[in-house]
Amino acid sequence: MNFSELFKLTGLLSRFSPNGKCLASCVQYRLVVRDVSTLQVLQLYTCLDQIQHIEWSSDSLFILCAMYKRGIVQVWSLEQPDWHCKIDEGSAGLVASCWSPDGRHILNTTEFHLRITVWSLCTKSVSYIKYPKACQQGIAFTKDGRYMAVAERRDCKDFVSIFVCSDWQLLRHFDTETQDLFGIEWAPNGCVLAVWDTCLEYKILLYSLDGRLLSTYRAYEWSLGIKSIAWSPSSQFLAIGSYDEKVRILNHVTWKKITEFEHPTTIANTKTIVYKEVEKSPSAETERLSLPPSRASASSWFSTQSKYDISQVPVSLHHIKPVADRANPKIGVGMLAFSADNCFLATKNDNIPNAVWIWDIQKLKLFVVLEQLSAIQSFQWDPRQPRLALCTGNSKVYLWSPAGCVSVQVPMEGDFQIVSLSWHSSGDSMALLSKDNFCVCYLEREEV
Amino acid sequence: PVCVAMGDWKTVTVPVLPSDGKNIFQYTSERRISSPGMNSQVLRLPLPSSKSMHTFFSAFCTEENIEQSLSYLDRELTTLGFPSIFAEPRGRELNLISVINCMNELLVLQHKNLRAQEEVEMQHLKLGSDMDHLQNCYAKLKEQLELSKREIVGLQERDRQLQTKNRNLHQLLKNEKDEVQKLQNIISSRATQYNHDMKRKEREYNKLKERLHQLVMNKKDKKIAMEVLNYVGRADGKRGAWRTDKTEARNEEEMYKVLLSDFEQRQKQLLVENAELKKVLQQMKKEIISLLPPQKQKPKERSEDGPVLSDLEEDIGELNKENMWELSCETVREQLTNSIRKQWRMLKNHVEKLDNQVSRVHSGALNDKDVISREDHELETEKLELEIQQCKEMIKTQQQLLQQQLMSPCDDDTTLLLQDCYLLEEKERLQEEWRLFREQKKNFEKERRSFTEAAIRLGLERKAFEEDRGAWLKQQFLSMSTDYKHSESVTTPSAFLGSKYWFKLCPDQDNRLAKSASRQRKPHCLSSPLSAESWQQTPQSITNNSAASTPPARDSKPNQWEESEGEETE
Repeated sequence: MNFSELFKLTGLLSRFSPNGKCLASCVQYRLVVRDVSTLQVLQLYTCLDQIQHIEWSSDSLFILCAMYKRGIVQVWSLEQPDWHCKIDEGSAGLVASCWSPDGRHILNTTEFHLRITVWSLCTKSVSYIKYPKACQQGIAFTKDGRYMAVAERRDCKDFVSIFVCSDWQLLRHFDTETQDLFGIEWAPNGCVLAVWDTCLEYKILLYSLDGRLLSTYRAYEWSLGIKSIAWSPSSQFLAIGSYDEKVRILNHVTWKKITEFEHPTTIANTKTIVYKEVEKSPSAETERLSLPPSRASASSWFSTQSKYDISQVPVSLHHIKPVADRANPKIGVGMLAFSADNCFLATKNDNIPNAVWIWDIQKLKLFVVLEQLSAIQSFQWDPRQPRLALCTGNSKVYLWSPAGCVSVQVPMEGDFQIVSLSWHSSGDSMALLSKDNFCVCYLEREEV
Repeated sequence: PVCVAMGDWKTVTVPVLPSDGKNIFQYTSERRISSPGMNSQVLRLPLPSSKSMHTFFSAFCTEENIEQSLSYLDRELTTLGFPSIFAEPRGRELNLISVINCMNELLVLQHKNLRAQEEVEMQHLKLGSDMDHLQNCYAKLKEQLELSKREIVGLQERDRQLQTKNRNLHQLLKNEKDEVQKLQNIISSRATQYNHDMKRKEREYNKLKERLHQLVMNKKDKKIAMEVLNYVGRADGKRGAWRTDKTEARNEEEMYKVLLSDFEQRQKQLLVENAELKKVLQQMKKEIISLLPPQKQKPKERSEDGPVLSDLEEDIGELNKENMWELSCETVREQLTNSIRKQWRMLKNHVEKLDNQVSRVHSGALNDKDVISREDHELETEKLELEIQQCKEMIKTQQQLLQQQLMSPCDDDTTLLLQDCYLLEEKERLQEEWRLFREQKKNFEKERRSFTEAAIRLGLERKAFEEDRGAWLKQQFLSMSTDYKHSESVTTPSAFLGSKYWFKLCPDQDNRLAKSASRQRKPHCLSSPLSAESWQQTPQSITNNSAASTPPARDSKPNQWEESEGEETE
C-alpha cells in the first residue's frame, strides 16, 4: 500500500469523480481538483464563501459547490475553467443542493423545506416542487437516473411523487400510510421504492414504480423502530436495521422477513471468527536510535502498532449502555452496507461501538466480527470486490476481506485521525479523510 | 419348737432372711390349691438343706405328738385321696405298706409337681423374654412412628411454604403482566396524544411556511436568480422538448416498459429455477426408486388403490418418457410432487425397517453371521488400532536406531569396528547356516542320486519282474489257468512290492537327514506324488532342507515354518 502525502481539507469534502479520473477537495472556499493517479492539481476554483457541499455531475464535467450560509450554489466546469455559473437562492435560503442524474439540472432545497427548485443549465426553465418533506432522505433517484422520487407532506399526511427526470413530468403521486415519513430509497433495479416511517413506528412500505403498494412490513409495535436500511445490489434483499439491535432481511419475492440477525454482546457461536485488534508493543529498534531523533521516528514511537488476533469464542464485546432519557439513543443498528458482490453485509450496532459485524448472505449467518480498540467511525465496501475498509478515528486504516484482515498504519507525521474514507470506483485506491487533512491510499492488486 | 396350728392351715408368711441354713422358707399358698401342676401363683419351695430338713421335720412331729401328727397326716392324706395309713379306720396301728405307698405316691407327686413347676418356669421365662422383645419392638416402632410423624409434619410445613411461595410468585407474575398491560395502554394513549399535538404543531408550522412562502414570493427578490455564462448543451446532446400529452403518454409507456422488463427478467429467472428444480426432483425420484427394494411395495399399493393408481402411474410414466414435465401446468406439477412424496415415504419406511433390523440384531442374538455387532466391531477396530500403534512405534524405534547408526560421529576405525561388531554375530550365524545349507544340499544331492539310482534299479527290477511275470503268466496260461482269482492277486503284489522298495529307501534317507543339524519341526506328512496314503508314518519332510537359508528376522521364521507345514498337510 502506498500513501500519498497529506493535503488540506475542510468539512470532509473530498469526492472522486464518477469517471474515476479526478479527485475534488475543498479547503475553506477553494475547490481543488486533482488527478487521481498523480494528485497533481488540475484546476483550482475559488468560491464566494465557505463551501458546505460539493458534488460532481454524473458525466464528471461539472462540480457544484453549495454554500448554505449565503444561499449560493456555484457550478464549475472542468472542460472550460473560465465557465462559471452561480445560483442565488436569496432570501429563500438553501439547505440542500444536488445534481439531477443527467448532470444538467440542479435541485435546491430552500430553507424550511419550502420548496425544491429545479434549475436547468441547458434552458432557462425553472421548476418548483412544493411541500417537500423535511426528512433525511427526501429525494431519491433511480440508479439509471430515469426517475426521481420526492417525499412530500401536505395536511399532516405524507405523499410520494415520482417524476420523470428527462422532462420533470409528474408520473405518479400517491399517499403513504406512514405517520411521519423518515426516508425513501429506490431499489437498485429501479422498480421498487422503499418508504419507511419515523423511528417511533416500525413500518416500512414497498411501492412499485407505478405507485402500487406492494407490501407493508411491521416487525413490532411501540419500541423504537427502523434506524437504517440498505438494499442489496441485486435488489434481492432489503436489510432493515432497527433500534432493537437486530437486522431483518426481507426478500424481494414475497417481501416477507427471511431471517433476523441479532447483535448480542457475547458471541458464542464457534463458527464465527472474531478478529480483535490488539496493540503491538512498539518495536524498540535500539540500534537505529539517533540523537536528536528525527520527526518520523518520533511519531512512530508514539503511534502504537496494532495487529489482529483471533479471539477464542465465546467472546464478550465491549458495549455501552445508552442514556435512557435522551432522544435518538446510541443503540440499535445504525450502519448497514452490502458488499458489491451481494455476498456480505456489514453492520454496526451502536451500543457495541467498537465492532463491525460481517454477515455471510449466502448462508445467512454471522461470518466475522471485527473488534477494534476504539469506536468505528465509518466503513465502506470496495466497489469491485468483497473488501471492507474501516476507520476508527486513529491513524490506521483497517481492511478486511474473506482472506483475512489487516491493520495498516498510515505513515504520517503528526496527528492524522481518520474519520471517514471513500473508495475510488475502481477499487484501487481510497481517500482517507480527517478533520483537516486527507490522503490517498493506493492499493496494489495483490493486497489482502 | 415352732408350734404349727393343726387343721386350719392358714397362709403363713415368714419374712425372708438370707438363707444360711436356717429353716427359713417362703411359702405363700392357699388352701384351695389342691390340683398339682396348675398354680396361678408363684410357688417357690426351695428344698431346704439337709440340715434344715431335719429341723423342719423335727418341727412338725416330735415324740410327744406322734399320734396327733399321725392322725393329722391320715386326715390330710385321705382328703387328698390317698388310702388311709392306719390299718383300721380308727385304729392306732400304722399300715406300713399303705404308709410306704403313700410316701411313694407323695414322692411321685412331688416329682411331677417339680417337673410341672420347671416347665411352667421355663415357659414363664420364655414368655418373659418374648414380652421383653415385643416391648422393645413396640418401643422402637413407637419411636419410628414418632419420627415419621414429625417428618410428615415437617414436609407438610415445607409443602405449605412452597405453595405459598408459588402463589406469591403467580401473584407477582400477574401483577407484572397487569403492569405491562397498563404501561402499554399508557404508551398508546400518550402516543395518540403526541400525535395529536404533533399534528397541531405541524399545522401551525405549515401556516407559518405558507406565510413565509408568500412573503418570499411576493418580494420578487431579484436575488433569486441564476447567473450563467452560457447555457450548456444537454448531456445527451438532444434539444429540449416541450412537455405535451404525448410526452406524458410516452413517459407512462416508458415506466410500464421498465416495470415489464423487470417482471420479465424475474419470470425468466424463476422459470430457469423451476426447470432446474424439476430436473432435480425427477432425478431424485429416479434415485429413490432405484434405492428401494424392487417390487415389494408396488403390489401392496396397487391393491389398495386399485385401478386409479395404475392409471396415474401410467400417465406419469408417459410423461416421464416424453419429457412432458417441461409443461408447468397444475396437474403435472402436482403429479410430480405427489409421486416424489410417495417414493420418499416408501424410502423412509424402508430405512426405518432396516434400522429396526439393525437394532434387533444389536440387542438380540446374532443370527446373521455376516452382521457383526457393534461392540465386536469396535473391539476389532480398537485391537487393530493398537496393533497399528505398536507397529508404528516399532518402525519409529527402528528408524531411530538406524538413524543413530548412520549419524553417530566417530572416526573411521571405530566405525568400522562398530559396524563390524553389529554384524559380527549375524555374520557368524549366517556362515553357520550357510554351512548347514551346504551340508544339507550335499545330502540332498546324495539322496537325489540315490533316488535316481533306486529309480533306475527299480526300473530294472521292474523290467525283470515284468519279464518274470510274463513268463509266469505264460506258464499259468499254458497250464490250464481257469482260476481268475489268481489274476487279481497278481496286480496287488506289484503295489506292495513297489512300496516295499520305497520303504526301504526311506530309512536311509532318515538316517542321512538325522545327521544334519537342521531344525526339525513336528512330524510332517510327506506328500509324495507316488503314493500319498502310505506315507503317514514318515517322520521327515524333505522341505527341511530348504530351511537352510539364513533368516534376518529370526522371530518370524518359525511362523513361516509352521505355516508352510500346515499348508502342506492340507
